[in-house]
Amino acid sequence: MSLSFTRSTKTSRIAAVVALILAAVLIATPFWGSTATEQLFGQMMIYIALASLWNLLAGYTGLVSVGQQAYVGLGVYIMVSVTIYLGIHPYFAIPMAGLAAALISMPVAKLVFRLQGAYFAIGTWVVAEVFRLISAQLGSVGLGGGSGTSIPTRVMQTLAPDKFWREASIYWLALLLGLGALALVYGLLRSRIGLALTAIRDSEVASSSLGVNIDRIKYAVYVITAAITAMVGALVALQKIRVSPNAAFSVNDYTAIVIFIVVIGGIGTIEGPIIGTIVYFFLREYFADLGAIYLMILGVIAIVMMLVAPKGIWGYVAQRWQITLFPTGYVVKEEKP
Amino acid sequence: MSEIILNVEKLEAWYGDAKVLHGLSFALKKGEVLALIGSNGAGKSTLLKSIVGLLPKKTGTITFNGARTDHLAANDIVAKGVALVPEGRRLFPSLSVEENLILGGQVKRKGPWNLAEIYNLFPILGEKRGVPATSLSGGQQQMVAIGRGLMSNPDLILLDELSLGLAPIVIKDIYALLPKIVGNGVSAILVEQDVNRALASAQHFLCMQEGRISLAGAPKAYSKDQISAAYFGM
Amino acid sequence: MVWVDIITQGILVGGLYALFAAGLSLIFGVMRLVNIAHGDMIVAVAYLAFVIVKATGLHPLASLILVIPIAMMVGYALQRGILNRTLGKDILPPLLVTFGLSVIIQNGLLQIFTADNRKLQAGALETGSFPILPGVDIGYLPLLQFVVAIAVIAGLQYLFYKTALGRAFRATSDDAETAQLMGLDKRKVYAWAMALCFAVIAIAGVFLGVRTNFDPAIGPGRLIFGFEAVIIGGLGNLWGTLIGGVILGVAQGIGAQINPGAQELAGHLIFLAVLAFRPTGLFPRMQG
Repeated sequence: MSLSFTRSTKTSRIAAVVALILAAVLIATPFWGSTATEQLFGQMMIYIALASLWNLLAGYTGLVSVGQQAYVGLGVYIMVSVTIYLGIHPYFAIPMAGLAAALISMPVAKLVFRLQGAYFAIGTWVVAEVFRLISAQLGSVGLGGGSGTSIPTRVMQTLAPDKFWREASIYWLALLLGLGALALVYGLLRSRIGLALTAIRDSEVASSSLGVNIDRIKYAVYVITAAITAMVGALVALQKIRVSPNAAFSVNDYTAIVIFIVVIGGIGTIEGPIIGTIVYFFLREYFADLGAIYLMILGVIAIVMMLVAPKGIWGYVAQRWQITLFPTGYVVKEEKP
Repeated sequence: MSEIILNVEKLEAWYGDAKVLHGLSFALKKGEVLALIGSNGAGKSTLLKSIVGLLPKKTGTITFNGARTDHLAANDIVAKGVALVPEGRRLFPSLSVEENLILGGQVKRKGPWNLAEIYNLFPILGEKRGVPATSLSGGQQQMVAIGRGLMSNPDLILLDELSLGLAPIVIKDIYALLPKIVGNGVSAILVEQDVNRALASAQHFLCMQEGRISLAGAPKAYSKDQISAAYFGM
Repeated sequence: MVWVDIITQGILVGGLYALFAAGLSLIFGVMRLVNIAHGDMIVAVAYLAFVIVKATGLHPLASLILVIPIAMMVGYALQRGILNRTLGKDILPPLLVTFGLSVIIQNGLLQIFTADNRKLQAGALETGSFPILPGVDIGYLPLLQFVVAIAVIAGLQYLFYKTALGRAFRATSDDAETAQLMGLDKRKVYAWAMALCFAVIAIAGVFLGVRTNFDPAIGPGRLIFGFEAVIIGGLGNLWGTLIGGVILGVAQGIGAQINPGAQELAGHLIFLAVLAFRPTGLFPRMQG
């Protein structure tokens, strides 16, 4: 009897093909879809990115942050300030936001890592509040202070001279970030780091005794997540054009909704954030008119989910039918002679 | 013919998905001491935990004082007159010696044991009553644990590894007090690594091996070799 | 004298922050749970008091007679019904469930009461004050609030260390499984702890409503202040929490004096400084 070890299953191979077709369709959206569709997909990509990153942080690394909006806002303000004051092209401002966030997140991590569990969560929230309050004080530096500011038309026009290509560019950037974040998370989880994360998730004590440097891995994941989150934030600034501290650092927009998405979709799975985003936007299409009641419904769904099906939709599906679209482990097959 | 105080029938128990007890059946007479011996991992502590209700996943029946208890929560079973002196003592670090004892008597049942009697039995505890319980020596902590178990005036006391981590002379002192602990018609199941001591203290014994009973009966009825064989599963 | 006044007022508001924090500290001590909706519940109580005051004409502080028992019942039911099910080794369920509760409460209040500012009127108590130094007046209300905070903390300490319920709390917190062996039902113990926490929330909520304008969105801010007071003071120490609240209040007062927009920021920066240089807080008594 000989055994073969492969990464992929039949399901995941089919999924890969479907994904390629889907990607092609998504890339072509500016040409076949309406502006509304383009904007919707663009927003969905933003949330797929944020949710995948939060999931990596909380679901895999065990760092439950309710302060990722700190880095979204940071990205927003970097985009605004470097394009206006340093005349840098928005395309370059995005990776700059990532770099700035990576650097800033390092001392932040050193601080908040002193807290554990739920206290860590609130600590990250405090950091986000600090960022928000500081940016509200930046009125004197011409960044609009509490009431915010806008990205000037001249800057927006450097993206492309006419509206169609401008919006298409922003859309393609969103697509790039969304799929890129997914790819990053997937790649990370397939690598040695991913194996270490799974080990840590199962038992910190055991994995640490095997030489897994838990602290360094947590630190690395936190910094990487912060960087990509800020890049997403930079893009959000381009999408919205008008920025303000309360909007850029909004707990509701960049943490509550993200958590909802991940919980519904399936925490600790790669597919979960995608499913959750689809569910969230579907609900939004039809129920957002209910205003506060709509948000209450989301809250109730999230709580019921946590109590009844803590693994989320995809967690349930994956367990029931034993499928994975994004395989990170190995499948052992007996090879027939 | 003295009555049966505890009847266990076809008990199977799981820790999560792992089955640890495989169809145990035995009966304990009122006022008797039953020794439970076996190597590490044989399932002795698990059996005690099942009886007192700390292991929820189980099948089979446990009847105590005529009533079924296998579906009850631990706090209810304790109220009915079962006490466990846990392996490793498990004293409450945030409580003093006296508070640990008083908590043991939270369940109010009639009987000879109260705070004064416990301090009579273990005078050193009276001296250290206000001190955090876990700051005491191993032997003294064991006294607190035993006292805590007695405070609820149980009809059945389960003693799990009394000698764990204690110096020989301390073990000797504690076992010298065993008749006082299980006097007054109290029944006991005694889990003990030291086989000789266990068998010397009991009227009957059960030998467990990998979650099953490998030998049962009166200690005098078997030779050392027979008991060894049952212990090691040969 | 301006600075003495600022510091005095900061100390007094520290009492209110200690009230926010006491409930958090209690629950974390007994069951290692942090209720993200804690601040929102304080605000919800303020609204409850608002409704009761409107319906009965009672003075807000007198309304506590009704507010406290109602809040305790809600807390008991919440713990027994929902939160007990989230307790376990995983930190995510309680965190996410209480986060969901936070969203629900904020939006529920928004739906019922709108985003308008409300306030509880305490009449003469609010405006009266007496001078202790030239330029330094102590208001009746802030003083009462501080005294009540001390009384609540003293009461909680007494309950924890000198009563059977407190013994049950400490034992269950130490070792929930062995506590079962003492005949304690941990579901009930946790529910009583939450009921007690809600009694403190009730007091905090009424004092909050009397002191400032409130609206559905200010809950998270109160949670953060309570949390900061706990961390600055040191985990597991209620008196430390009072000191933490005072330090926070004073820092905020000084910040406000420098720049009106910097009030909250100053508090956060002091918190971060303590986290950087004394991560276990000033008077810690237990590990997180």
